[in-house]
Amino acid sequence: MSPSAAAGGIALRARRRLFRRITAAAIQHLVLCAAGLLFAIPFLWLVITSLKPLEQVFTDPPTWIPHPVLWSNYVEALTSPAFPFLRLLRNTLFYTVVSTVGVVLSGAIVAYGFARMEFWGRDVLFGITLSTMMLPGVVTLIPTYILFRVFGWVGSYAPLIVPAYFGSAFNIFLLRQFFMTVPWELTDAAKVDGASELRIFWQVMLPLIKPALLVVAVFHFMWAWNDFMGPLIYLDDAGEYPLVLGLYAFQTRHGIKWNLMMAASLAVAFPIIVLFFIAQRYFIEGITLTGLKG
Amino acid sequence: MGTALAGPTAGVPQKARRSTGRRLRENLRGYAFVSPWIFSLLVFTAYPMLASFYFAMTDYSVLNPPVWTGLQNFRVMFTKDPLYWKSVYNSAYYALLAVPLQMIVALGLALMLNQRVRGIGVYRTVYYLPSLMPTVAGTLLWMLILNPRHGLLNLGLQAIGLPKLGWLSSATWSKPGLVLMAVWTGSGWIMLIFLAALKEIPESLHEAAMIDGANAWQRFFSVTLPLLTPAIFFNLVMEIIGSFQVFASALIAGGSGQTAGPLNSLLMYMLHLYRYAFRYFDMGYASAMALALFVFLVIITMALVKSSGSWVYYETARR
Repeated sequence: MSPSAAAGGIALRARRRLFRRITAAAIQHLVLCAAGLLFAIPFLWLVITSLKPLEQVFTDPPTWIPHPVLWSNYVEALTSPAFPFLRLLRNTLFYTVVSTVGVVLSGAIVAYGFARMEFWGRDVLFGITLSTMMLPGVVTLIPTYILFRVFGWVGSYAPLIVPAYFGSAFNIFLLRQFFMTVPWELTDAAKVDGASELRIFWQVMLPLIKPALLVVAVFHFMWAWNDFMGPLIYLDDAGEYPLVLGLYAFQTRHGIKWNLMMAASLAVAFPIIVLFFIAQRYFIEGITLTGLKG
Repeated sequence: MGTALAGPTAGVPQKARRSTGRRLRENLRGYAFVSPWIFSLLVFTAYPMLASFYFAMTDYSVLNPPVWTGLQNFRVMFTKDPLYWKSVYNSAYYALLAVPLQMIVALGLALMLNQRVRGIGVYRTVYYLPSLMPTVAGTLLWMLILNPRHGLLNLGLQAIGLPKLGWLSSATWSKPGLVLMAVWTGSGWIMLIFLAALKEIPESLHEAAMIDGANAWQRFFSVTLPLLTPAIFFNLVMEIIGSFQVFASALIAGGSGQTAGPLNSLLMYMLHLYRYAFRYFDMGYASAMALALFVFLVIITMALVKSSGSWVYYETARR
């Protein structure tokens, strides 16, 4: 082979490699977009249907653009006596916020104990804590219900709120991981200055792990907002229902008006979606820090 | 999760000798901090677990005190309640289909997103968005999409020349319909965990493999996949436990009639249990059901943990 031919071969190979890289990137985006569409279409359909007149909900071929666009569906759905949105929202916000405060407070205190204190049996206790994360909820469901019934709490928000004030395994675990990343020098300095453990916890450590507290708060807020079984078994008066139960009741009574039901569904999901977008950055960080990578 | 378990003792400045009084005080302080959680473990975990063993052996209607009946509940459950076995079958069918599908979809998405792609944030959000939907809202949406006559999915099937399916109105297709919904709502979360695990794989390992002449497939099977096994293991355990306890979507999609879905094809284990506990207030029988599922899930988890030694790769030296 002559030198020039070899050089040409190299150039050709380089060009081929570039070509291959571009096609690879194109294929990648194509697959990602296709998968993205599959995930996005149901969601789009929710939005589209919520703006349709009822007779355009089931058409063949499907109606992609509602004509006219009925924003009034939202007014009709959210003011319908069968779906008293404002009251449902107030109920949801009440127990969600109150239990979130509890989860963050108790989680931080307990996690601090696990991360920074030495006491007999700590590691065993922490091991138990981790294993309860895998405990199937089914085994505690009924006795817990009976316990709350004995307390006279069935029919109130107490069963949905009180346990949060005593900690939850996942959040304790998450916050402990964050506490562990704080250098000991910081707290040792405060200790030398004579600060008590409680003061170190409150004035030094808590401000340092604010992002983690936010992650826990958002995680729990979303979980409580979407929780279905808890409110279903513990609340019996429709006046106490949170949004998800209100939506369920709306469906069982007005199951035919799909456009209104989609508007109501979106209204229930919307605050959580907004919250996710605000907290997204911390979210990913939180998941990485849980150390689930093994 | 190996690294997570390592105690924080390493950084504690060790004093040469500490008096017993001081050590006692330290212990008490530690217990004071974790005391809410100890209370919670005792009252909301340990007590209910023990109590469920007791309630499972009783006839208990909540209104009257429990009456000891021994193994009667289990006898009825295993031999006289055909719906029990129906619910076992339905839940097993659902889990066997939903768990692998969710895992494969989530892993595929995570692998694609882990390549350096532009606009990864947008894709990630789109895949994750369904996970944010409250179950009721998500289920209602899929009931609309799965409508047998003019649902979006059937219109799509029709457009590409496939037959329309009955989905939630057909005993054959209702469970696959529920699984589709679960893949849509559940994959995003699993994907995030896979993605976090993928980010932990050092670039140098891939480069080393590349220098050794390994192609993309070889790199995937001998570098990426082994290092992902801890995340796969974790997701697998959590998804199995979750899928056998699926409840809300089945309750809603099953309709408010006497049967859960056509011919009780959506009567999931938890739904059957829920009916006995909170509709018929037969707490004893429902507790027996709960206990049986619990024991089954513990056995499955133990078997997975046992098997993990041979397929889950724990890198002890790292970090």
